[in-house]
Amino acid sequence: MNLFARIGSFSMSFIRATGRLTLFTMKTLSACVRPPFYFRALLSQMVEIGFYSLPVVALTTLFSGMVIALQSYAGLSGFSSEGVVASVTELTVTRELGPVLAALMVAGRVGAAMAAELGTMRVTEQIDALTTLSTNPFKYLIVPRVLAGVLMLPLLVLIGDVIGIYGGYLISVYKLDFNSVNFLRNSWNFMQAVDIVSGMTKAAVFGFIVTLLGCYNGYHSHGGAEGVGAATTNAVVSSSILILISNYWLTELFFAK
Amino acid sequence: MTPKIKMTDVHKAFGPKVVLDGVTLEVAKGESLVIIGGSGTGKSVTIKCIQGLIKPDSGSIQIDGREIVGMGERELEEVNAQTGMLFQGAALFDSLNIWENVAFGLIQGKKMKRADAKEIAIEKLRQVGLSPDVAPLYPDEVSGGMKKRIGLARAIATNPELIFFDEPTTGLDPIMSDVINDLIRRCVSDLGSTSVTITHDMSSVRKIADKVAMLYKGKIIWYGPVGDIDRSGDPYVEQFINGRAEGPIQMEIRG
Ligand SMILES: Nc1ncnc2c1ncn2[C@@H]1O[C@H](COP(=O)(O)OP(=O)(O)O)[C@@H](O)[C@H]1O
Ligand SMILES: [Mg+2]
Repeated sequence: MNLFARIGSFSMSFIRATGRLTLFTMKTLSACVRPPFYFRALLSQMVEIGFYSLPVVALTTLFSGMVIALQSYAGLSGFSSEGVVASVTELTVTRELGPVLAALMVAGRVGAAMAAELGTMRVTEQIDALTTLSTNPFKYLIVPRVLAGVLMLPLLVLIGDVIGIYGGYLISVYKLDFNSVNFLRNSWNFMQAVDIVSGMTKAAVFGFIVTLLGCYNGYHSHGGAEGVGAATTNAVVSSSILILISNYWLTELFFAK
Repeated sequence: MTPKIKMTDVHKAFGPKVVLDGVTLEVAKGESLVIIGGSGTGKSVTIKCIQGLIKPDSGSIQIDGREIVGMGERELEEVNAQTGMLFQGAALFDSLNIWENVAFGLIQGKKMKRADAKEIAIEKLRQVGLSPDVAPLYPDEVSGGMKKRIGLARAIATNPELIFFDEPTTGLDPIMSDVINDLIRRCVSDLGSTSVTITHDMSSVRKIADKVAMLYKGKIIWYGPVGDIDRSGDPYVEQFINGRAEGPIQMEIRG
């Protein structure tokens, strides 16, 4: 009996949260296309997301490229040649690891910061203050963040792709003693437009997920410092899960025959 | 004449907790209303309802005869463009410096040039007793009392027709309180604004108010001109204005 009540109340709150998130998304999208637009805020968010995330994204993709090169040689020893190492590295980095790892890093860095910042603004009534100063909080706070995420994450991923392949190159040339020209030629020849396009499409979707959930959790936070902490955690956990799930479906969309 | 604000039978509960239980209130144009009442009786909730920041569960709220309950967001923005608000906790934007905070409504709302807005902001800061030296500081670099005064300067910067002050003198010394009381009174007398002020401070009440309303258990239990407050004949009001622990108002003290 108690169990049913619990399941019931859990489903109710799940449905309520889904409804609220849908409404939040619609409000954000409609605010995206209606003036006024806050270009200064957009620019500073683009710098925050794009420029300041560069070091973590570079590090993670560099080491991922390196580890893939190493594994594709060690794991496939016997058949593996220069060509296999180059093509496996290129494929894994551009299609999967580049976008997913960059998005997870940005979720931890930027999504958390957005939830904390907006959460603090909510509990200290700064968001209400915006409204009383006839400024729409969706247009002033949320649209610049979400747009910056959608625009900057693909760029980060593009840079990450280059760095990841460079990681594979380092291992191939300096550890496996492959020919450096061959590695580059193999990577280049093997690369297809769809690798890059799918990776960047994923990145844009992930950028939307991270910033939207960061803003959503912050915007709806309540209950003082503890509430802000919970909002931050929720933002990171929910966006990480959603990134991995939607990554599967996007892969299926692009590559399933 | 249509009143500036007309609240009729407004109800609001948060979960099981009933906060407003049928509030009915009118404020005429150019009048200063002060709302008194114990902590946690819903004074802040009342003025947030009037600004559309909190949606009441039922009842009607009209500003200049326009119903704001259920009003669309864009229309509500228009109404809010004519109002100013000092929040209980000041609610300064901590990503902006002091003068940018004060000038926010001028720059974002009224699309004024930054240089012009800055001049007005510094003048408003002077009116609340702050020197131009504080203008480039950030909110976390000033004291609580200063934040309150900066919030006040921000609320009046656009010369709004309707201004809400949520505990404007709490946390200020008596002399600064008097300066602020004068300033609020001047907004009404000189600029012709309508104001709603929440306060616990009886000297503020006597200085600022034209009318006084007392909120208790979600209802307005007394309403009248400030001159009548000492002979209200209402035991609740008498207990409150004299600050007595004994009386009909029982503080909920939990052990
Ligand atoms: N957003 C909210 N969510 C839940 N409860 C709230 C909210 N805002 C106010 N309350 C509750 O409403 C009651 C009245 O609050 P408030 O209007 O701030 O009191 P005061 O008269 O001291 O200004 C308090 O008990 C408070 O806990
Ligand atoms: Mg209050």
